[in-house]
Amino acid sequence: MQRATMDLWVGMFVMAGIGALLVLAFKVGNLGTYSAADSYTLTGNFENIGGLKVRAPVKSAGVVVGRVTDIQFSTETFDALVVVSIDKRYQFPKDTFASILTSGLIGEQYIGLAAGGDEAVLMDGDKLMKTNSALVLEEMIGRFLFDKASEGGGRENAGSD
Amino acid sequence: MPRRIVIGIRGVGHRVVDSIWRLGYASRFFLLILLKSGTSLRRFGLITREIYFTGVLSLIIILVSGLFVGMVLGLQGYETLQRYGAESAVGTMVALSLLRELGPVVAALLFASRAGSAITAEIGLMKATEQLAAMEMMAVDPVARVVAPRFWAGVISMPFLAALFSAVGVFGGYLVAVVLIGVDEGSFWSQMQDAVDFRYDVVNGIIKTCVFGVAVTAIAVFEGYDASPTAEGVSGATTRTVVTSSLAILGLDFILTSLMFRGMS
Amino acid sequence: MTPEVLIEIKNLNFSYGERSVLKGLDMTMSRGKVIAVMGGSGSGKTTLLRLIGGSVRPSSGYVKVAGKLVHELKRDELFRMRRKMSMLFQFGALFTDLTVFDNVAFQMREHTDLPESMIRDLVLMKLQAVGLRGAHNLMPAQLSGGMARRVALARSIALDPLLIMYDEPFTGLDPISLTVIGNLIRRLTDALGMTSIVVTHDVQESLKIVDYVYFIADGVIAAHGTPAEVRGSVAPFVHQFVHGEEDGPVSFHYPADSYASDLELENGFA
Repeated sequence: MQRATMDLWVGMFVMAGIGALLVLAFKVGNLGTYSAADSYTLTGNFENIGGLKVRAPVKSAGVVVGRVTDIQFSTETFDALVVVSIDKRYQFPKDTFASILTSGLIGEQYIGLAAGGDEAVLMDGDKLMKTNSALVLEEMIGRFLFDKASEGGGRENAGSD
Repeated sequence: MPRRIVIGIRGVGHRVVDSIWRLGYASRFFLLILLKSGTSLRRFGLITREIYFTGVLSLIIILVSGLFVGMVLGLQGYETLQRYGAESAVGTMVALSLLRELGPVVAALLFASRAGSAITAEIGLMKATEQLAAMEMMAVDPVARVVAPRFWAGVISMPFLAALFSAVGVFGGYLVAVVLIGVDEGSFWSQMQDAVDFRYDVVNGIIKTCVFGVAVTAIAVFEGYDASPTAEGVSGATTRTVVTSSLAILGLDFILTSLMFRGMS
Repeated sequence: MTPEVLIEIKNLNFSYGERSVLKGLDMTMSRGKVIAVMGGSGSGKTTLLRLIGGSVRPSSGYVKVAGKLVHELKRDELFRMRRKMSMLFQFGALFTDLTVFDNVAFQMREHTDLPESMIRDLVLMKLQAVGLRGAHNLMPAQLSGGMARRVALARSIALDPLLIMYDEPFTGLDPISLTVIGNLIRRLTDALGMTSIVVTHDVQESLKIVDYVYFIADGVIAAHGTPAEVRGSVAPFVHQFVHGEEDGPVSFHYPADSYASDLELENGFA
């Protein structure tokens, strides 16, 4: 085997390998659509996150605008602290409403952002003030039954037992 | 009877001491390779030559296996997912299986049996035919001149081979699911891209292949260098390379998976 | 004129664990000579070469090469010394993944910064000396045993060493190749003014070309002398070895208990 031929083969091998890595990154993966480098971070407190997981999508009007990067339990407020990373291209008003939604009946849970009307926009590290918890099926059924039972009665206090 | 028990215990002790000694010897050899890598990194031509033998010559088996693994994943995935009406998720399943597990692991297993055994046999034969001793007498260090270039060539080739395996596998899954069965092409790709995260899935897969590449080639060069210089010695060493590195791949895969993907999605 | 001493060996002892291989050797080897070291299989001849080359350390005593104690050299000093030495291994030990040309060029490329054109000239000169210039493009697998040995010889003179050690250079060669190699050893030694140590048990061939012979048996020097002295020697060991007799001081039987007692014949019928 001549040296030059060998070098040619090795060169083609390395280029094919790099090509495969690029295919995996852009065609198979999501590097083309969402890049972690150009993003900013927001936090939000949720009373109940249901089945929300790290890396779940953040959508606005059905478009993926970011991802959940961290979920923690806050010992100060005794609720869930969720950190999300949002694509720099998308700016949201200060009074944006964040709620945990479910795609389909048994699909994964995601955070939906509904833009408000404020002039000022959310900056890196800001807090989402208006949040709405996940709908937990058991609680919904419980509330429904409680409502039925106390129908015609006075004011009820849902969520206690 | 007690005598036999004593002999038995002694046998166990002997094996334990022996394998610890061998492990220490292997780690020392590994450090030696790293220390003496200067020559081969300065003269990159030495490594290029070995990349040809370990990487390029492994291409055929890696590409063919990748294609078939991807096609089988496509078939099985469709078979199961269509029961739940989720056949468009078949791309997601194929891509995640390949990127996270099958790509790195199967490519590394193939690499161990194709290139790892060849490295062991080559170095072992060089030892058996006194080529290494001759080199030593010519004041050329065989670890720097023979072992280190093969080690680095293996470490460099492995991630590329695994990436090619996964890419061809995804293509195989696409062939079966979209072209053959008729899953919608748009949802095949978009669901895949939605579920596959670059940092989480692709990069973790690459990290795995790098670790496997280091493990397989380190085992292969060690077994070759350590082989007893006879025909039986070399063939035994070749077998040990394949067995040891396969077990190492699977063990490391478990450890890495539990570190990378624990408690997520 | 007394020739300059290149190698001096004093009271050299070496043992593998409990088994002692060499017991108190004394030798001197002068520049420009071909010295044969003969002895039966397993008599420690190859070990002697390894001691001279510094691959193993003596248990006691010393080997001095060009005035330096080999076993006291540090690794880089040893490697520097080895550039002045060469060793021809039993079956040549050519690098099977390199062509004949690259094999001969190996040391020049590793140890010198010579331009490629000069390396090419040097390699072809070395190959010409062993008569294989025409084979420079072949791979070692394409060579016959004798040719491989000659290429290895060309490779070992690549950097014009002071000393070449030959480990069984005649093993497995046909009579023609055997004469060719023998004459090459003699011619190259004379032409390059180096010293050759030939470890062999091929008595007749080596007696034709060497200047001095050492016989080693059981780790000690059993006899030594010039070829003429050796041929005429009446010492029983030398006589047995030179004429290849089956029994003599070197016994046919491996040391054992008496045959009768091994077969339990002595007191087995009590």
